[in-house]
Amino acid sequence: MTTHTEASTAVAGGTPRATAMPPPWRLPLLTIAAALLAAFMWPDQLGLISRVASTALLVLSLDLLVGYAGIATLGQSALFGAGAYGAGLFAQHVSGDPLIGLVVAAVAGAALAAASGAFLLRFEGFTLLMLTIALAQILLSLASTFRGITGGDDGLSDFTIRPILGLWEFDLEGRVGAIYAVAVLAVGLYLARRVANSPFGLSIRGIHESRARMAALGTPVRKRLIAIYAMSGALAGVSGAVTAQINGIVGLDSLGFALSAESLVMLVLGGAGNLSGAVVGASVFTLLHHTAASIDPYHWLFVIGVALMAVVLFPPAALAQQIWARLRAQRKASS
Amino acid sequence: MNDILRLDELDRRFGGLHVTRKVSLSLRPGDRLALIGPNGAGKTTLVNQISGVLPPSSGRIFLDGTDVTALPQAERVRRGLARTFQITTLAPHLPVQRQVELALFEREQLANSMWRSVDAHVSVREEALKLLDSLGLGHRAATPTGRLAYGEQRLVELALALALRPRVLLLDEPMAGVPKADGPILLAALDRLPADLALLIIEHDMDLVFRMATRIAVLVQGEVIADGTPAAIRDDPRVKAAYLGH
Amino acid sequence: MTLVLNILVDGVAYGMVLFVMAVGLSITLGLMKFINLSHGAFAMAGGYAVSVLAGTHGWNFWVALVVAVIATGAFGALLETLVLRHLYRRPELQQVLFTIGLTFFLVATANAIFGPQVRNIPLPSILSGSLDLGFRTLPTQRAFVLLAGLAAAGLLTWTVARTRFGIWIRASVDHADAASGLGIPIRLVQCLSFGAGAALAGLGGVLGAELMPLEPYYPLKYLVLMLVVVAVGGMGSIPGSLCAALVLGIVDTASKYLVSEWGSLLFFVAMGLLLAWRPRGILNR
Repeated sequence: MTTHTEASTAVAGGTPRATAMPPPWRLPLLTIAAALLAAFMWPDQLGLISRVASTALLVLSLDLLVGYAGIATLGQSALFGAGAYGAGLFAQHVSGDPLIGLVVAAVAGAALAAASGAFLLRFEGFTLLMLTIALAQILLSLASTFRGITGGDDGLSDFTIRPILGLWEFDLEGRVGAIYAVAVLAVGLYLARRVANSPFGLSIRGIHESRARMAALGTPVRKRLIAIYAMSGALAGVSGAVTAQINGIVGLDSLGFALSAESLVMLVLGGAGNLSGAVVGASVFTLLHHTAASIDPYHWLFVIGVALMAVVLFPPAALAQQIWARLRAQRKASS
Repeated sequence: MNDILRLDELDRRFGGLHVTRKVSLSLRPGDRLALIGPNGAGKTTLVNQISGVLPPSSGRIFLDGTDVTALPQAERVRRGLARTFQITTLAPHLPVQRQVELALFEREQLANSMWRSVDAHVSVREEALKLLDSLGLGHRAATPTGRLAYGEQRLVELALALALRPRVLLLDEPMAGVPKADGPILLAALDRLPADLALLIIEHDMDLVFRMATRIAVLVQGEVIADGTPAAIRDDPRVKAAYLGH
Repeated sequence: MTLVLNILVDGVAYGMVLFVMAVGLSITLGLMKFINLSHGAFAMAGGYAVSVLAGTHGWNFWVALVVAVIATGAFGALLETLVLRHLYRRPELQQVLFTIGLTFFLVATANAIFGPQVRNIPLPSILSGSLDLGFRTLPTQRAFVLLAGLAAAGLLTWTVARTRFGIWIRASVDHADAASGLGIPIRLVQCLSFGAGAALAGLGGVLGAELMPLEPYYPLKYLVLMLVVVAVGGMGSIPGSLCAALVLGIVDTASKYLVSEWGSLLFFVAMGLLLAWRPRGILNR
């Protein structure tokens, strides 16, 4: 056969093998370490850390869809909002226990995703994109209409969150909130990594890259996609719940188009398809936003606009590869 | 009845176009049926109907006695029907080993497993590597399929079909576009296919056809005009007329 | 009965504005398969141009309108040639993200130049009055919108159906790869169509200024509306865009008249149903 010039990534006993999957605890531990470092360096910015963590969870949910399954969506806010309002209403009417609230939000997000996915996933491309927007907008209109339940423009705030496990109460400095948000994110990252590493996760990647091939292997494509959509919905819902529980209020912007668009931007900035990009993107975006917006909201739009265009024209992954290749060539030349 | 695959008056129209005209064929385990015909005869369309990608306008398809006409593609695969594609459809960024492992996971009904890592399924990995080795692709296991040479990609397609352990295998022009140098390995692989596997090959390469086929069916404008042993087909005047100097 | 007529008149007027604004986007999507989310910026540009020329500098409204529309078209053509055409072969997601970034950039630029407040477009006295239709009075401006929309639709249909340029467009939409082989100057077709779409959007921005006030966030605020019209109408279909825009315009107006507390709910439900019923466009089976 043709002689191979490719350097294989791992050789064991003469046969090259595909690179092993990353261990599931690595990314959560790195994230926790980064969060601790951030808390140490900026002890009065704990609220910001909470925000980054809960947003990263939302972007993670989007990565499962966009990065892994290849489903472009601008309606993720529907799932986020379902979890946020779900947790808020649950605390208002049933119980203020935050952990049970997370479960409720996960179920709400997953159920909405599964139900809408069964319909939406019959479509592809631009049509699908538009339908996801429509779904989120419909939910937004409903939430606005039923303002008796949701609080409408004023938001839902008439609920109290009990201490976590009865021990740790959400304090004003935000310390408990930050730990809570980071812990939930870490668990989410662990679960997402397990799924991504599994045969199911591999089949999702296969569906992304070649639906025809997977169907020819006997894959029930639509069912698998609905499953990953439901998982994404659960994570997005939990993200909404964390936000609601820490802030004590749920606003209509939880269901807004801007949130869907922003989370997509964050995912692309950090890199889709490898889960860590969600954390990176959410951090970079939120920090940029925090700095730039405090000067002038329009400044922020300048910065993020240019950043987006730059990322598309000069993708960081390709750039990094080019730099890497050049370094390797230099090393070969000098040896 | 020991037909493993039976097509019963399969018919398909596209608006005014009549692309499959009451095709009836049957395959027994171990049959090597070559489907030949001029370009545009409707061979791939026929395969698409058999595999479940395209629904027929009328007619039925029986797999081992069961009527699968209404069943989706995934179901037919599970019942032992596999195919390769004329244009390679491999997932370009997946390493070859992973692509083959996917086929094995589907076969073993493990693809719903969400907790254990793919690397923990050692027997699957071993089988995948063994399969690749048997096709001379062992050294490419870590390469993304998109970076393989064209001939290697066709071999991976074959590997995937074999991984499913089918009872009926539909090969859509396996030699198309394969450079001369890689031909022998593909041919050797085809020779080593299990003896009880029923094979339907679409091919233009007449050397391969006469070397492998136990039967030949000739498809012209959607209709089977001749179906018999290679010797009979070679001498059939209708075939000669339809094929004007193939 | 008067209610129905009111809804129809206002709905059709609104639909006309949506059509004029969105048709350029539909053509771009159908012709170059390029998702341009910054299309709303052209509508904004047209509106701002007229506001500056007629308002600040006191030009005659009609002269300002013509100049603004042509300038917006030129701006669009320039943008297409210098920047956007390099992205035609990129994956959808990249096109989406680049043009969102471009939109943010243009929004911030608009703010830097014009400031964040809403800007008025001064109408000439002809358009400031109203016509007596018997069952109601129709503001002359709205009659103008109806006429302008019809004229635009008519001009477009004539161009596509009767002129050589129209044949070029249709061939390029249906058979992109074969078109250049047939001797069609594909780059010219792309650039001119894009520019024409931008010009029309600019006109739409002026026509719709009453319902959609001019301010820097304009392209983002009304982006979804335009996307909806294009999606429901079918990419690349001019009659489809017109039909979709009219239907959706009437639905939204009816909703505002009858059940205003539901907001845009009916609009998006209608959109979802229409898209699910005819995913390839309202006039495509």
